[in-house]
Amino acid sequence: MTSVPPSAPEPRPEKMRVESLRAYFGDALALKGISMSVPERCVTAIIGPSGCGKSTFIRCLNRMHEVTPGARAEGAVFLDGKNILGDDVDPVDVRRRVGMVFQKPNPFPTMSIRENVLAGLTLNGIRPPDPARLVEESLRQAALWDEVKDSLDRTGTSLSGGQQQRLCIARCLALEPEVILMDEPCSALDPIATARIEELIHELRERFAILIVTHSMQQAARVSDFTAFFYMGELVEHGTADVIFTKPTSSRTEDYITGRFG
Amino acid sequence: MNRAHTDREYEGELRRVREQVLTMGAKVEEMLDAAVRALAERDSDLARATMASDQVINRLEVEIDGLCLRVLAKRQPVASDLRFLTMALKLVTDLERMGDLVVNICERVVELNEEPPLKPYVELVTMAEVAHQMLHAVLDAFLAGDVAAAERVIERDADVDALYASIFRELLTYMMENTRNIYRATRVQSIAKYVERIADHTTNLGEMVVFMVRGKDIRHSGRLPSRERGERKSGRPPVS
Repeated sequence: MTSVPPSAPEPRPEKMRVESLRAYFGDALALKGISMSVPERCVTAIIGPSGCGKSTFIRCLNRMHEVTPGARAEGAVFLDGKNILGDDVDPVDVRRRVGMVFQKPNPFPTMSIRENVLAGLTLNGIRPPDPARLVEESLRQAALWDEVKDSLDRTGTSLSGGQQQRLCIARCLALEPEVILMDEPCSALDPIATARIEELIHELRERFAILIVTHSMQQAARVSDFTAFFYMGELVEHGTADVIFTKPTSSRTEDYITGRFG
Repeated sequence: MNRAHTDREYEGELRRVREQVLTMGAKVEEMLDAAVRALAERDSDLARATMASDQVINRLEVEIDGLCLRVLAKRQPVASDLRFLTMALKLVTDLERMGDLVVNICERVVELNEEPPLKPYVELVTMAEVAHQMLHAVLDAFLAGDVAAAERVIERDADVDALYASIFRELLTYMMENTRNIYRATRVQSIAKYVERIADHTTNLGEMVVFMVRGKDIRHSGRLPSRERGERKSGRPPVS
């Protein structure tokens, strides 16, 4: 990691730390020993060409990677100092604390908006003490409440793409996570819906550690405090977005972000 | 920026900016050269023609600004491309000012040529030649992205300043000797000052080349109050 210049954001405590993370699909090595730190209340963007391992990387951070048949991870991923790759750790609990938002909005099609927000709890057999309040709070935090408060019984899929994505964020927030992983959350959205999600990311940053995988360099530059460039399963450069987008250290980063690749 | 862009149209746009900046720089060089000849050879026609060619510099400044703005809007450049484009925007401002200073030199040359010569302008011509060499070298450094060459240009500014001080002292003696020398001596002094400022602008260009290549801002190094301590530098403003 490059050193933090004086103009960098205030140093924040570390929320997650990854050490020598190696991820496999069968025998294929997708991540070749990644070590990096994820600070509290900051947005870290992961950029890199297709197949560089960035989605695999964030899927290791909430043990989603191992759900793929034949996939496994080695090394250590610390969440508040505890290695979540350990055998003694319940992956379901990890996924509650480290929530995820996917590329394509994926509300449950048969569920209402209200049910979708609560789905993470109800599907795990948890009954929140005050569901109405949790629905409202989650939707407010996801900046969707004003648009749907009068139609909570409509199906989630009746919403626009951008609203569906915010609904998925609300569903993630209802579980009161500590870290939010976003895997290209705007790639299926139009520029206005994208701007709303980015604005939401700025708000959520006040309370969560956020990691976002994106193919849009401009999006990484706009939303992230720190940016990590992955290439062929390796972490090439990791530094403040200010430095990465004005004066990257590595020529491979320079080539990629300026569009001189391949 | 050794590798070409995947998008060749973008590559072409950046090349166009680079070419236009170099064209503008070469034009300023040409004007400075002509102004010095007009001074040494007492050629008022050449001085007037040189003044007219400042229009080309002004037009190029507007064109390059527009070009950079369009590339910034369309491509959202980052890293070395961003540094190159933002520096191009600044470079042209300094180049345009240099063109104006050459016009000022020519105005004084025309005034001087209406009087008998005060003296042969050996040191002044030397000074202008150094400034000219600095400009030429800094444009080469810009083209090649050569930090060492840009730094050498910056160092030469001290030579120009020393020559200016020497010319200034000599002109004072002329003025003290005979008050009838004052009109011409002040014109010569102005020309020396214009050349000295052209060298200052060239130094700015050198600093921009260093930033463009390295991303390191070397302007005002050691001369800005320390941010940590909130110090303010006191003392006289520089003599102008």
